Amino acid sequence: MNEVNHFRRVLLIWLVASTIATPLVIFVLAPIVPPGNGTVESAGQVTDNTVLFGLSTPIALAVIVWFLYAVIVFRERDTSGAVLDGPPLRGDARIQMWWVVITTAIVLFLAGYGTVRLLSDGSGGGQGPNPIAAPSQAKDPPLRVQVIAQQWQFTYRFPGYGGVETQHLEIPAHTTIELNVTSLDVIHSFWAYQLGVKADANPGENNIAYVTTKQPLTFNIRCAELCGVWHGYMFDTGRVVTKAQFAAWISAQRLTYAPATKSLPPYSNTYFPDPQRLGG
Amino acid sequence: MSSYGRRLVWVTLATAIVCVAIGLYIGLYLTNVPGSVAAAHVGPVTNLYLGTVPAAEPTDPHPTWVSYYVVSPTSTNWQHDTTFVLPANSLVHVTIYQFDGDSGLRNPFISQATGTVGGAFQLNGKTTQAIDPDDASHVFAIPQIGLSVPLEGVPDSAKNPCSNAPCPLSYDHETISFTFRTPAKGLYRWQCFVPCAAGYMLGFGGPMQTVGYMDGFIKVV
Repeated sequence: MNEVNHFRRVLLIWLVASTIATPLVIFVLAPIVPPGNGTVESAGQVTDNTVLFGLSTPIALAVIVWFLYAVIVFRERDTSGAVLDGPPLRGDARIQMWWVVITTAIVLFLAGYGTVRLLSDGSGGGQGPNPIAAPSQAKDPPLRVQVIAQQWQFTYRFPGYGGVETQHLEIPAHTTIELNVTSLDVIHSFWAYQLGVKADANPGENNIAYVTTKQPLTFNIRCAELCGVWHGYMFDTGRVVTKAQFAAWISAQRLTYAPATKSLPPYSNTYFPDPQRLGG
Repeated sequence: MSSYGRRLVWVTLATAIVCVAIGLYIGLYLTNVPGSVAAAHVGPVTNLYLGTVPAAEPTDPHPTWVSYYVVSPTSTNWQHDTTFVLPANSLVHVTIYQFDGDSGLRNPFISQATGTVGGAFQLNGKTTQAIDPDDASHVFAIPQIGLSVPLEGVPDSAKNPCSNAPCPLSYDHETISFTFRTPAKGLYRWQCFVPCAAGYMLGFGGPMQTVGYMDGFIKVV
Protein backbone atom coordinates (compact mmCIF):
# COMPACT_ATOMS: atom_id res chain seq x y z
CA MET A 1 0.00 0.00 0.00
CA ASN A 2 1.32 3.43 -0.96
CA GLU A 3 2.02 5.70 1.98
CA VAL A 4 0.11 8.99 1.86
CA ASN A 5 2.28 12.08 1.21
CA HIS A 6 0.81 14.39 3.83
CA PHE A 7 3.08 17.28 2.96
CA ARG A 8 1.95 17.24 -0.65
CA ARG A 9 -1.69 17.04 0.42
CA VAL A 10 -1.37 19.95 2.82
CA LEU A 11 0.51 21.95 0.19
CA LEU A 12 -2.24 21.34 -2.34
CA ILE A 13 -5.02 22.31 0.07
CA TRP A 14 -3.09 25.42 1.09
CA LEU A 15 -2.48 26.38 -2.56
CA VAL A 16 -6.16 26.06 -3.43
CA ALA A 17 -7.27 27.97 -0.30
CA SER A 18 -4.70 30.72 -0.87
CA THR A 19 -5.57 31.06 -4.55
CA ILE A 20 -9.20 31.64 -3.61
CA ALA A 21 -8.82 33.65 -0.40
CA THR A 22 -5.92 35.98 -1.23
CA PRO A 23 -7.56 37.76 -4.19
CA LEU A 24 -10.78 38.02 -2.17
CA VAL A 25 -8.91 39.66 0.71
CA ILE A 26 -6.91 41.97 -1.57
CA PHE A 27 -9.73 43.10 -3.83
CA VAL A 28 -12.80 42.86 -1.60
CA LEU A 29 -11.84 43.16 2.08
CA ALA A 30 -8.71 45.33 2.16
CA PRO A 31 -10.09 48.31 0.17
CA ILE A 32 -12.92 48.82 2.69
CA VAL A 33 -10.65 48.66 5.72
CA PRO A 34 -10.20 52.09 7.41
CA PRO A 35 -9.11 54.86 7.24
CA GLY A 36 -10.44 55.19 3.67
CA ASN A 37 -9.26 57.23 0.71
CA GLY A 38 -9.99 60.75 1.93
CA THR A 39 -6.41 61.98 1.63
CA VAL A 40 -3.19 60.90 -0.06
CA GLU A 41 -1.90 59.66 3.30
CA SER A 42 -5.01 57.71 4.28
CA ALA A 43 -5.16 56.17 0.80
CA GLY A 44 -1.51 55.21 1.25
CA GLN A 45 -2.39 53.54 4.53
CA VAL A 46 -5.13 51.57 2.78
CA THR A 47 -2.52 50.46 0.22
CA ASP A 48 -0.14 49.46 3.01
CA ASN A 49 -2.89 47.50 4.73
CA THR A 50 -3.70 45.79 1.44
CA VAL A 51 -0.06 44.73 1.01
CA LEU A 52 0.06 43.42 4.57
CA PHE A 53 -3.26 41.61 4.21
CA GLY A 54 -2.10 40.12 0.89
CA LEU A 55 1.07 38.80 2.48
CA SER A 56 -0.44 37.59 5.70
CA THR A 57 -3.38 35.74 4.16
CA PRO A 58 -1.32 32.81 2.74
CA ILE A 59 0.74 32.72 5.94
CA ALA A 60 -2.35 32.57 8.13
CA LEU A 61 -3.88 29.96 5.83
CA ALA A 62 -0.73 27.81 6.06
CA VAL A 63 -1.11 27.71 9.84
CA ILE A 64 -4.87 27.10 9.73
CA VAL A 65 -4.71 24.40 7.01
CA TRP A 66 -1.90 22.54 8.75
CA PHE A 67 -3.68 22.77 12.10
CA LEU A 68 -7.00 21.48 10.76
CA TYR A 69 -5.30 18.78 8.69
CA ALA A 70 -3.43 17.54 11.76
CA VAL A 71 -6.55 17.58 13.92
CA ILE A 72 -8.56 15.63 11.36
CA VAL A 73 -6.02 13.23 9.82
CA PHE A 74 -3.69 12.54 12.73
CA ARG A 75 -6.43 12.06 15.31
CA GLU A 76 -6.08 8.84 17.31
CA ARG A 77 -9.23 6.93 16.48
CA ASP A 78 -8.58 3.72 18.35
CA THR A 79 -8.91 4.59 22.00
CA SER A 80 -9.17 1.00 23.27
CA GLY A 81 -5.48 0.54 23.82
CA ALA A 82 -2.55 2.66 24.85
CA VAL A 83 -1.88 5.78 22.76
CA LEU A 84 1.16 5.05 20.70
CA ASP A 85 3.80 7.57 19.81
CA GLY A 86 4.30 8.32 16.13
CA PRO A 87 7.47 7.72 14.15
CA PRO A 88 10.51 9.73 15.31
CA LEU A 89 10.96 13.18 13.78
CA ARG A 90 14.05 13.79 11.70
CA GLY A 91 15.48 17.04 10.44
CA ASP A 92 14.91 17.98 6.83
CA ALA A 93 17.56 20.33 5.53
CA ARG A 94 15.50 21.30 2.49
CA ILE A 95 12.48 22.34 4.49
CA GLN A 96 14.63 24.21 6.99
CA MET A 97 16.44 26.04 4.20
CA TRP A 98 13.19 27.10 2.51
CA TRP A 99 11.75 28.12 5.89
CA VAL A 100 14.70 30.43 6.53
CA VAL A 101 14.78 31.76 2.95
CA ILE A 102 11.04 32.50 2.74
CA THR A 103 10.67 34.10 6.18
CA THR A 104 13.82 36.18 5.68
CA ALA A 105 12.60 37.36 2.30
CA ILE A 106 9.21 38.36 3.73
CA VAL A 107 10.71 40.24 6.66
CA LEU A 108 13.31 42.02 4.49
CA PHE A 109 10.65 42.96 1.95
CA LEU A 110 8.40 44.40 4.65
CA ALA A 111 11.31 46.33 6.19
CA GLY A 112 12.22 47.78 2.78
CA TYR A 113 8.61 48.48 1.84
CA GLY A 114 7.90 50.19 5.17
CA THR A 115 11.02 52.33 4.92
CA VAL A 116 10.24 53.44 1.38
CA ARG A 117 6.65 54.25 2.29
CA LEU A 118 7.66 56.22 5.38
CA LEU A 119 10.27 58.20 3.47
CA SER A 120 7.90 59.02 0.64
CA ASP A 121 5.40 61.14 2.57
CA GLY A 122 5.68 60.27 6.25
CA SER A 123 2.46 58.22 6.09
CA GLY A 124 0.62 60.88 8.06
CA GLY A 125 2.66 60.37 11.20
CA GLY A 126 4.31 63.01 13.35
CA GLN A 127 7.93 63.43 12.29
CA GLY A 128 9.23 65.71 15.00
CA PRO A 129 10.51 69.24 14.44
CA ASN A 130 12.76 68.28 11.49
CA PRO A 131 10.73 66.07 9.18
CA ILE A 132 12.63 63.69 6.90
CA ALA A 133 9.70 63.13 4.58
CA ALA A 134 8.85 66.75 3.82
CA PRO A 135 6.99 67.42 0.57
CA SER A 136 8.66 69.46 -2.14
CA GLN A 137 7.99 73.15 -1.67
CA ALA A 138 9.03 74.06 -5.22
CA LYS A 139 5.47 74.74 -6.42
CA ASP A 140 3.07 75.54 -3.61
CA PRO A 141 4.34 75.67 -0.04
CA PRO A 142 2.12 73.68 2.30
CA LEU A 143 -0.56 75.45 4.29
CA ARG A 144 0.74 75.63 7.84
CA VAL A 145 -1.75 74.89 10.60
CA GLN A 146 -0.80 74.69 14.24
CA VAL A 147 -2.68 72.19 16.38
CA ILE A 148 -2.63 73.27 20.03
CA ALA A 149 -3.68 70.64 22.53
CA GLN A 150 -4.57 71.34 26.12
CA GLN A 151 -6.62 69.65 28.81
CA TRP A 152 -9.19 69.06 27.26
CA GLN A 153 -9.62 70.47 23.80
CA PHE A 154 -7.79 71.14 20.56
CA THR A 155 -7.57 74.59 19.03
CA TYR A 156 -5.98 75.52 15.71
CA ARG A 157 -3.82 78.42 14.69
CA PHE A 158 -3.19 79.69 11.17
CA PRO A 159 0.06 81.69 10.97
CA GLY A 160 -0.57 82.52 7.32
CA TYR A 161 -3.83 84.25 8.21
CA GLY A 162 -2.82 86.77 10.82
CA GLY A 163 -2.13 84.08 13.41
CA VAL A 164 -5.83 83.60 14.07
CA GLU A 165 -6.74 80.76 16.42
CA THR A 166 -9.97 78.83 15.90
CA GLN A 167 -12.15 76.41 17.85
CA HIS A 168 -12.63 74.04 14.93
CA LEU A 169 -10.52 72.89 12.01
CA GLU A 170 -11.34 73.45 8.37
CA ILE A 171 -8.77 72.90 5.63
CA PRO A 172 -8.92 73.31 1.86
CA ALA A 173 -9.25 70.39 -0.55
CA HIS A 174 -6.44 69.38 -2.91
CA THR A 175 -3.85 71.05 -0.69
CA THR A 176 -0.82 69.88 1.25
CA ILE A 177 -1.18 70.82 4.91
CA GLU A 178 1.70 71.07 7.35
CA LEU A 179 0.29 70.28 10.78
CA ASN A 180 2.46 71.62 13.60
CA VAL A 181 1.28 69.76 16.66
CA THR A 182 2.12 70.92 20.18
CA SER A 183 0.67 70.93 23.68
CA LEU A 184 0.30 73.50 26.43
CA ASP A 185 0.28 71.05 29.33
CA VAL A 186 0.51 67.26 29.27
CA ILE A 187 1.04 64.77 26.45
CA HIS A 188 -1.86 64.49 24.02
CA SER A 189 -2.11 62.96 20.56
CA PHE A 190 -3.82 64.54 17.58
CA TRP A 191 -5.61 61.79 15.67
CA ALA A 192 -7.54 62.92 12.60
CA TYR A 193 -8.80 59.53 11.67
CA GLN A 194 -10.16 59.96 8.14
CA LEU A 195 -7.17 62.16 7.22
CA GLY A 196 -4.79 59.34 8.14
CA VAL A 197 -2.95 61.64 10.55
CA LYS A 198 -1.77 60.80 14.03
CA ALA A 199 0.83 62.91 15.79
CA ASP A 200 1.77 63.19 19.45
CA ALA A 201 1.25 66.60 21.04
CA ASN A 202 4.05 67.16 23.53
CA PRO A 203 4.54 70.31 25.61
CA GLY A 204 7.51 72.32 24.36
CA GLU A 205 7.79 70.23 21.16
CA ASN A 206 6.78 70.90 17.58
CA ASN A 207 5.69 67.64 15.99
CA ILE A 208 5.17 68.09 12.25
CA ALA A 209 2.91 65.87 10.16
CA TYR A 210 1.89 66.35 6.53
CA VAL A 211 -1.38 65.55 4.86
CA THR A 212 -2.47 66.16 1.29
CA THR A 213 -6.21 66.50 1.01
CA LYS A 214 -8.37 65.31 -1.86
CA GLN A 215 -12.11 65.83 -2.08
CA PRO A 216 -14.17 67.64 0.60
CA LEU A 217 -15.04 65.44 3.55
CA THR A 218 -15.86 65.49 7.24
CA PHE A 219 -13.36 63.94 9.60
CA ASN A 220 -13.23 63.01 13.26
CA ILE A 221 -10.55 64.34 15.56
CA ARG A 222 -9.75 62.57 18.80
CA CYS A 223 -7.08 62.67 21.42
CA ALA A 224 -5.26 59.34 21.31
CA GLU A 225 -3.22 59.71 24.48
CA LEU A 226 -4.78 59.26 27.91
CA CYS A 227 -4.56 62.82 29.22
CA GLY A 228 -6.82 63.11 32.26
CA VAL A 229 -10.39 62.85 33.41
CA TRP A 230 -11.96 64.33 30.26
CA HIS A 231 -9.71 62.54 27.75
CA GLY A 232 -12.70 60.63 26.42
CA TYR A 233 -14.45 63.92 25.66
CA MET A 234 -11.49 65.47 23.85
CA PHE A 235 -12.87 65.21 20.35
CA ASP A 236 -13.87 67.48 17.53
CA THR A 237 -15.18 67.32 13.99
CA GLY A 238 -13.18 68.87 11.16
CA ARG A 239 -13.96 69.51 7.53
CA VAL A 240 -12.09 69.48 4.25
CA VAL A 241 -13.83 72.10 2.10
CA THR A 242 -13.31 73.64 -1.30
CA LYS A 243 -10.67 76.35 -1.56
CA ALA A 244 -13.36 79.00 -1.97
CA GLN A 245 -15.22 77.78 1.10
CA PHE A 246 -12.00 77.75 3.07
CA ALA A 247 -11.20 81.34 2.04
CA ALA A 248 -14.64 82.44 3.21
CA TRP A 249 -14.39 80.45 6.44
CA ILE A 250 -10.96 81.71 7.44
CA SER A 251 -12.02 85.32 6.74
CA ALA A 252 -15.05 84.84 8.99
CA GLN A 253 -12.87 83.30 11.70
CA ARG A 254 -10.48 86.25 11.59
CA LEU A 255 -13.39 88.57 12.09
CA THR A 256 -15.04 86.49 14.81
CA TYR A 257 -11.88 85.96 16.82
CA ALA A 258 -10.36 89.41 16.33
CA PRO A 259 -10.68 90.25 20.07
CA ALA A 260 -8.87 87.06 21.12
CA THR A 261 -6.25 87.38 18.39
CA LYS A 262 -5.14 90.69 19.94
CA SER A 263 -4.31 88.80 23.15
CA LEU A 264 -2.44 85.94 21.52
CA PRO A 265 1.35 85.78 21.74
CA PRO A 266 3.27 85.98 18.45
CA TYR A 267 3.12 82.74 16.51
CA SER A 268 5.70 80.30 17.77
CA ASN A 269 6.46 76.64 17.14
CA THR A 270 5.87 75.92 20.81
CA TYR A 271 4.33 77.63 23.79
CA PHE A 272 5.47 76.50 27.16
CA PRO A 273 3.82 78.60 29.82
CA ASP A 274 5.27 78.61 33.27
CA PRO A 275 4.07 75.35 34.81
CA GLN A 276 4.06 76.96 38.24
CA ARG A 277 1.55 79.54 37.09
CA LEU A 278 -1.16 78.26 39.35
CA GLY A 279 -4.18 79.92 40.79
CA GLY A 280 -6.71 78.95 43.33
CA MET B 1 -20.13 14.93 56.19
CA SER B 2 -16.84 13.80 54.76
CA SER B 3 -13.83 16.09 54.83
CA TYR B 4 -14.11 16.43 51.04
CA GLY B 5 -17.72 17.55 51.40
CA ARG B 6 -16.82 20.07 54.09
CA ARG B 7 -14.05 21.50 51.94
CA LEU B 8 -16.43 21.76 49.00
CA VAL B 9 -18.95 23.68 51.11
CA TRP B 10 -16.32 26.08 52.40
CA VAL B 11 -14.87 26.72 48.96
CA THR B 12 -18.35 27.30 47.53
CA LEU B 13 -19.22 29.65 50.38
CA ALA B 14 -15.96 31.62 50.06
CA THR B 15 -16.41 31.90 46.29
CA ALA B 16 -19.98 33.14 46.74
CA ILE B 17 -18.87 35.76 49.29
CA VAL B 18 -16.11 37.02 46.99
CA CYS B 19 -18.52 37.18 44.03
CA VAL B 20 -21.09 39.12 46.05
CA ALA B 21 -18.40 41.53 47.29
CA ILE B 22 -17.16 42.14 43.74
CA GLY B 23 -20.73 42.62 42.52
CA LEU B 24 -21.45 45.10 45.31
CA TYR B 25 -18.25 47.03 44.59
CA ILE B 26 -19.05 47.32 40.89
CA GLY B 27 -22.70 48.12 41.56
CA LEU B 28 -21.89 50.85 44.08
CA TYR B 29 -19.24 52.30 41.77
CA LEU B 30 -21.64 52.46 38.84
CA THR B 31 -24.49 53.96 40.84
CA ASN B 32 -22.40 56.45 42.79
CA VAL B 33 -23.10 59.45 40.55
CA PRO B 34 -22.96 63.05 41.74
CA GLY B 35 -26.25 64.78 42.48
CA SER B 36 -27.76 67.24 40.07
CA VAL B 37 -29.61 70.53 40.35
CA ALA B 38 -32.39 71.70 38.06
CA ALA B 39 -32.24 75.29 36.87
CA ALA B 40 -35.16 77.61 37.63
CA HIS B 41 -37.66 78.57 34.91
CA VAL B 42 -38.84 82.14 34.71
CA GLY B 43 -40.95 82.73 31.61
CA PRO B 44 -39.35 81.48 28.40
CA VAL B 45 -35.83 81.68 29.82
CA THR B 46 -34.26 79.26 32.26
CA ASN B 47 -32.05 80.81 34.91
CA LEU B 48 -28.98 79.19 36.38
CA TYR B 49 -27.09 80.88 39.20
CA LEU B 50 -23.57 79.73 40.01
CA GLY B 51 -20.83 80.81 42.35
CA THR B 52 -17.07 80.27 42.22
CA VAL B 53 -14.94 80.38 45.32
CA PRO B 54 -11.23 80.03 46.07
CA ALA B 55 -12.01 77.21 48.50
CA ALA B 56 -14.94 74.98 49.38
CA GLU B 57 -16.69 75.04 52.76
CA PRO B 58 -14.51 74.13 55.74
CA THR B 59 -16.65 71.00 56.20
CA ASP B 60 -16.10 69.82 52.60
CA PRO B 61 -13.96 66.68 52.12
CA HIS B 62 -11.57 68.99 50.23
CA PRO B 63 -11.89 72.33 52.02
CA THR B 64 -8.88 73.83 50.20
CA TRP B 65 -10.15 73.06 46.73
CA VAL B 66 -11.37 75.78 44.40
CA SER B 67 -14.94 75.08 43.33
CA TYR B 68 -18.11 75.98 41.53
CA TYR B 69 -21.42 75.96 43.44
CA VAL B 70 -25.07 76.32 42.57
CA VAL B 71 -26.37 79.38 44.38
CA SER B 72 -29.64 81.19 44.85
CA PRO B 73 -30.22 84.48 42.95
CA THR B 74 -29.20 86.49 46.01
CA SER B 75 -26.30 84.16 46.84
CA THR B 76 -27.82 83.23 50.19
CA ASN B 77 -28.16 79.49 49.60
CA TRP B 78 -25.19 77.49 48.34
CA GLN B 79 -25.38 73.93 47.09
CA HIS B 80 -22.28 71.92 46.21
CA ASP B 81 -23.32 70.38 42.88
CA THR B 82 -21.86 70.74 39.41
CA THR B 83 -24.36 68.73 37.40
CA PHE B 84 -27.08 71.00 36.11
CA VAL B 85 -30.38 69.89 34.59
CA LEU B 86 -31.44 72.14 31.70
CA PRO B 87 -34.22 71.96 29.12
CA ALA B 88 -33.29 71.05 25.55
CA ASN B 89 -33.18 73.61 22.72
CA SER B 90 -33.89 76.47 25.10
CA LEU B 91 -32.34 79.74 26.13
CA VAL B 92 -30.54 79.54 29.45
CA HIS B 93 -29.44 82.66 31.26
CA VAL B 94 -26.44 81.99 33.47
CA THR B 95 -25.31 84.32 36.25
CA ILE B 96 -22.03 83.58 37.97
CA TYR B 97 -20.92 85.30 41.17
CA GLN B 98 -17.16 85.05 41.00
CA PHE B 99 -15.34 85.42 44.34
CA ASP B 100 -11.90 84.08 43.39
CA GLY B 101 -8.75 86.01 42.47
CA ASP B 102 -7.14 85.97 39.03
CA SER B 103 -4.77 83.23 37.86
CA GLY B 104 -4.36 83.85 34.15
CA LEU B 105 -5.10 81.67 31.17
CA ARG B 106 -2.60 79.22 29.75
CA ASN B 107 -4.13 79.79 26.32
CA PRO B 108 -5.09 83.46 25.79
CA PHE B 109 -7.48 82.39 23.02
CA ILE B 110 -9.96 81.39 25.69
CA SER B 111 -10.14 84.97 26.95
CA GLN B 112 -12.85 85.59 24.37
CA ALA B 113 -16.41 84.41 24.92
CA THR B 114 -17.80 82.03 22.32
CA GLY B 115 -21.08 80.30 21.87
CA THR B 116 -23.18 82.82 23.79
CA VAL B 117 -26.18 84.62 22.35
CA GLY B 118 -24.72 87.69 20.65
CA GLY B 119 -21.17 86.39 21.09
CA ALA B 120 -20.73 88.48 24.23
CA PHE B 121 -21.34 88.42 27.97
CA GLN B 122 -22.00 90.86 30.78
CA LEU B 123 -19.20 91.65 33.20
CA ASN B 124 -20.64 93.59 36.14
CA GLY B 125 -23.42 94.78 33.89
CA LYS B 126 -21.15 95.85 31.04
CA THR B 127 -21.33 94.00 27.73
CA THR B 128 -17.97 92.66 26.62
CA GLN B 129 -16.50 90.04 24.30
CA ALA B 130 -13.16 89.36 25.92
CA ILE B 131 -11.06 90.08 28.98
CA ASP B 132 -7.35 90.39 29.59
CA PRO B 133 -6.11 86.75 29.67
CA ASP B 134 -4.01 87.54 32.74
CA ASP B 135 -7.11 88.68 34.65
CA ALA B 136 -8.99 85.41 34.17
CA SER B 137 -9.86 83.52 37.29
CA HIS B 138 -11.94 80.73 35.78
CA VAL B 139 -13.79 79.74 32.62
CA PHE B 140 -17.21 78.22 32.17
CA ALA B 141 -16.93 76.13 29.01
CA ILE B 142 -18.98 73.39 27.36
CA PRO B 143 -16.58 72.43 24.55
CA GLN B 144 -19.05 70.08 22.85
CA ILE B 145 -21.33 73.01 21.97
CA GLY B 146 -18.59 75.64 21.60
CA LEU B 147 -19.62 77.61 24.69
CA SER B 148 -16.80 79.31 26.57
CA VAL B 149 -17.00 82.32 28.85
CA PRO B 150 -14.01 83.72 30.78
CA LEU B 151 -14.59 84.84 34.37
CA GLU B 152 -12.58 87.82 35.50
CA GLY B 153 -10.89 87.49 38.86
CA VAL B 154 -11.40 89.67 41.90
CA PRO B 155 -8.48 92.14 41.94
CA ASP B 156 -5.60 91.56 44.35
CA SER B 157 -6.42 94.97 45.84
CA ALA B 158 -9.87 93.79 46.97
CA LYS B 159 -10.61 94.96 50.51
CA ASN B 160 -13.13 92.29 51.44
CA PRO B 161 -12.34 89.00 49.66
CA CYS B 162 -14.14 85.78 50.49
CA SER B 163 -11.95 82.77 51.21
CA ASN B 164 -14.35 79.86 51.68
CA ALA B 165 -17.84 79.03 50.51
CA PRO B 166 -20.51 80.15 51.12
CA CYS B 167 -19.88 83.77 50.15
CA PRO B 168 -22.63 86.40 50.53
CA LEU B 169 -22.74 89.17 47.96
CA SER B 170 -21.36 91.57 50.56
CA TYR B 171 -17.92 90.14 49.80
CA ASP B 172 -15.91 91.46 46.84
CA HIS B 173 -16.93 89.65 43.70
CA GLU B 174 -17.43 89.94 39.95
CA THR B 175 -20.79 89.21 38.37
CA ILE B 176 -20.69 87.53 34.99
CA SER B 177 -23.84 86.72 33.06
CA PHE B 178 -24.58 85.38 29.61
CA THR B 179 -27.26 83.52 27.68
CA PHE B 180 -26.77 80.43 25.57
CA ARG B 181 -28.99 78.00 23.74
CA THR B 182 -28.96 74.43 24.97
CA PRO B 183 -28.42 71.63 22.45
CA ALA B 184 -30.55 68.52 21.94
CA LYS B 185 -31.17 66.10 24.81
CA GLY B 186 -28.05 64.48 26.14
CA LEU B 187 -25.26 64.60 28.67
CA TYR B 188 -22.61 67.25 28.06
CA ARG B 189 -19.55 67.93 30.17
CA TRP B 190 -18.41 71.36 31.19
CA GLN B 191 -15.06 72.44 32.59
CA CYS B 192 -12.84 75.34 33.63
CA PHE B 193 -9.81 76.08 31.45
CA VAL B 194 -7.78 78.16 33.88
CA PRO B 195 -5.04 76.12 35.61
CA CYS B 196 -6.51 77.03 38.96
CA ALA B 197 -5.85 73.91 41.05
CA ALA B 198 -3.33 75.35 43.47
CA GLY B 199 -0.65 72.94 44.55
CA TYR B 200 -1.22 70.48 41.72
CA MET B 201 1.05 69.77 38.77
CA LEU B 202 0.34 72.26 35.98
CA GLY B 203 -2.63 73.51 38.00
CA PHE B 204 -4.82 70.81 36.48
CA GLY B 205 -5.05 68.14 39.15
CA GLY B 206 -7.37 67.75 42.13
CA PRO B 207 -10.44 69.94 41.69
CA MET B 208 -9.82 70.24 37.95
CA GLN B 209 -10.15 66.51 37.49
CA THR B 210 -12.90 65.79 40.01
CA VAL B 211 -16.53 66.14 39.06
CA GLY B 212 -18.13 68.33 41.71
CA TYR B 213 -15.52 71.08 41.79
CA MET B 214 -14.23 72.73 38.60
CA ASP B 215 -16.07 70.52 36.14
CA GLY B 216 -19.28 68.61 35.79
CA PHE B 217 -22.12 67.87 33.44
CA ILE B 218 -25.17 69.51 32.03
CA LYS B 219 -28.03 67.07 31.69
CA VAL B 220 -30.15 68.38 28.86
CA VAL B 221 -33.64 66.91 29.15
